[in-house]
Amino acid sequence: MKRLLCLLLMISFVTPIAAQTGLPPAPYADRQLEDPRQEAMASELMEELRCLKCQSQSIADSNAPMAGDMRSQVRERIAAGETPGEVRSWLIERYGNWVSYDPPIASAVTWPLWIAPIVLLLTALWLARGRFRKPGEGE
Amino acid sequence: MNRWLLWLPLVLFGLFFGAVAIGLMMPKDNIIESKMVGKEMPAFALPAAIDQRPALTSADLSGGKPTLLNIFASWCVPCIAEAPQLLALQRAGVEINGIASRDTPEDIANFLNRWGNPYTRIGTDTTSKVQLELGSSGVPETFVIDGNGVIVHQHIGDIREEDVAKLIELLEEAG
Repeated sequence: MKRLLCLLLMISFVTPIAAQTGLPPAPYADRQLEDPRQEAMASELMEELRCLKCQSQSIADSNAPMAGDMRSQVRERIAAGETPGEVRSWLIERYGNWVSYDPPIASAVTWPLWIAPIVLLLTALWLARGRFRKPGEGE
Repeated sequence: MNRWLLWLPLVLFGLFFGAVAIGLMMPKDNIIESKMVGKEMPAFALPAAIDQRPALTSADLSGGKPTLLNIFASWCVPCIAEAPQLLALQRAGVEINGIASRDTPEDIANFLNRWGNPYTRIGTDTTSKVQLELGSSGVPETFVIDGNGVIVHQHIGDIREEDVAKLIELLEEAG
């Protein structure tokens, strides 16, 4: 019991090690919007925006201060009446398609990514077509 | 079935293997360049970061003379490394305006007392709002802005000694 109490005391006095910045997060970094419909739109969009600091995470997943600032911007803009599409294009205008996890199909760099799986699947089916025939048929 | 078709899967695999191998060999490119280069400075107004320097608005960056806009922070180690270069640029007659990213007035003042203050104006960007407007993804970053307030160049990372001449050249071209 004494040991447990000691441990509890120790835990309660722990302070987090210095973060990257001493400032509190932006107002809407970790606070939901009052309107549940707007919050749903904002969080859906946040899942599809890439964090600039930890580049393999979405801003919804990342703890980087800059991701928090981006979440706050997204929520503030949605709250001000912008559509998720407008917020996304506002960011794409600044950072390129890179920032979005839902790249457009029409772009010269991204269309092979969309086409390649279909081409590969069709090629595979075509290569395997002989296997589906009944023995004795063809060849 | 044609004879050569037998080789097709191997060829495809070879192509796939090659693509993956190249991807592994190439160093990872983490740099995200701003798409705002070549465009006009987005409108912003930031409050003063410290008492000794005035606040910064986008209007201050189109005064007819090319300027540098440096994004820095007291918590950023490469910013210390580039401080001597910024002072050298200031001595060469370059106007440098600063944006302090996610910082407190006390920390900014301490940082500038310790490493020098090359800035004409310093705005404080506590929620990275202006940084996002600029398409900037970290500190330090430096933008070259022509006299009309158009962004002509983005320097990502700390300014090394060898970068100073290039920045001066870009400023002269923008003038």
